[in-house]
Amino acid sequence: MKRKKSHELRHWRTGLFMAAPVLLGFIFLVLYPVASVIRDSFTSYNPLSGEAAFIGTDNYTRLIQDETAIEVAKNTLIFACILVPVNMALALFLAVLLNLHFKGRTTFRAIFFSPVIVSTVAWTIVWKYILQDDGPFNYFLSLGGVDGPNWLRDNPWPMISVVMVQVFKNLGMNMIFFLAALQGVPEEMYESSEIDGANRWQQFKKITLPFISPTILLVAILTIAGAFQVFAQVLLLTGGGPGLSTTVLSYYIFINAFQIFDLGYASALAVCLFAFVMLLTVAQWQIRTRWVFREV
Amino acid sequence: MRSKTNKRYTRRNSKLTGWRLFGIYSLLLVIAIPFIFPTWWMFTASLKPIEEVFAFPASLIPNDFQISNYAEVFRLQPFLRQYWNSMFIAIVVTIISVTISTMGGYAFARINFKWRSKLFVILLSALLMPAEVTLIPIFRLMVNAGLSDSFFPIILIPAFGAHAVVGLFLMRQFFLDFPAELEEASEIDGLSRWKVFTKIALPLSGPALASLAIISFLYSWNLFLEPLVFLTEPNKYTLPVVLPQFTDTYGAPIFNVQLAATSLSVIPVMIVFIMAQRHFIRGITMTGLKG
Repeated sequence: MKRKKSHELRHWRTGLFMAAPVLLGFIFLVLYPVASVIRDSFTSYNPLSGEAAFIGTDNYTRLIQDETAIEVAKNTLIFACILVPVNMALALFLAVLLNLHFKGRTTFRAIFFSPVIVSTVAWTIVWKYILQDDGPFNYFLSLGGVDGPNWLRDNPWPMISVVMVQVFKNLGMNMIFFLAALQGVPEEMYESSEIDGANRWQQFKKITLPFISPTILLVAILTIAGAFQVFAQVLLLTGGGPGLSTTVLSYYIFINAFQIFDLGYASALAVCLFAFVMLLTVAQWQIRTRWVFREV
Repeated sequence: MRSKTNKRYTRRNSKLTGWRLFGIYSLLLVIAIPFIFPTWWMFTASLKPIEEVFAFPASLIPNDFQISNYAEVFRLQPFLRQYWNSMFIAIVVTIISVTISTMGGYAFARINFKWRSKLFVILLSALLMPAEVTLIPIFRLMVNAGLSDSFFPIILIPAFGAHAVVGLFLMRQFFLDFPAELEEASEIDGLSRWKVFTKIALPLSGPALASLAIISFLYSWNLFLEPLVFLTEPNKYTLPVVLPQFTDTYGAPIFNVQLAATSLSVIPVMIVFIMAQRHFIRGITMTGLKG
């Protein structure tokens, strides 16, 4: 008995010791900053004016009355509502195709994955040129007799362009997650359903989807969280414009914090962004029992 | 789990042929255009004279090769220095984050210590944290400590911050698959958990460590927001910060030179990826989510 106790103590020590660097990093670079950003959101902190007074909920009242912030919140939602379904549907579709057996499937997997390794900055710079009014995309369209719009200036195309550039950039990662999940579906399940006379689509709906539902949940959580962090694409592709039409919350926080140095107000915006992401994640976690058929 | 995947799809293993194969190829090729074309266009346009970049009709291969665009890159910016900055930072970040994520991942997967599951759930919240949220207080802290225009935050944040938790999560998934006998047997031999980790688990984790190293390297190599906020001197810039800055005196980008610089930052990574893509994708699948 005593021996077991000392074992436990030793494990506790070794375990904590080995996890300590990540845990400490988490405390100082995630936990502390979150606490601190909440505190700052109640101040008028501005390093330029040197001001840092406690002003209660003023930043939040200002936020509700700030028409720009409301517009920005709306854009953020529109962005996420297009990006998440398009990204996940296309990733799953490609994963199903590339799970079939044919020559060259590894090459195609690599092709769809390749933008993941390219930096967002490089990817966005190149797309900015491609989508110019006189750029190659409109040139190809003109070959088909289509007179394309200015993709980065004429609404609603700028928002759609930002979304699609982001979809192409990161889709490969989700595709690989789905592929890994698809390869775990036991073949016996398909065989027995075949005897029952199920067709391919029924098999996909009744066997494949339920089986990979834990992965779908995880990919959904990560994709949604990622959708609220889009920053470089907006900065480099449209600069948030035309007008405010592509300014999303993370970009608006960046402008307030690091260009205007209104850190108090930026903190209040950051708290909202954080609350937003957390709320969505918790909501997804809560409704998972309705459609996720296995525990991860 | 893994042995099962090898037997998968005995029926579906029948190769696609004829029209179905043709159909799949055409569909995939069309979808592949927006994934391949940008890289192709980036490279070819970087070799064109400036008038040709947006010329009608657009040329898929430059009519006039202008290699001097690449020389311009080094003339306009201390590009070699900036390349080295990116490389140096990425290597340091990779070494640190692989070390601590692997240790942490092993602890959370194989050592049953107190509060383990609670701590793990709390850690996972880091995966959802937008970088913009945590950056404001860290920025303030670094400015106060006089460390803002240095590599310190650019190494610290990706090595120890939320990204280390991603690494820990991946390595935990990987170590969870080890058989339980591993620790049981070594306990009888009187090996401590630390010894089991260094002498037995680590030598078996080569491929997982390699993919984690690649992920960490790319994460740091491609990091944009943090260096943009912290670094102010061109001599300290990393590649993602300098790429948008190839502009003329009026602030308009010099297309072909900018694309040459972008090519220089992308192509080495691309070549490594093409050579190692099988291992790379398999490694990510293996450490990643197995459904």
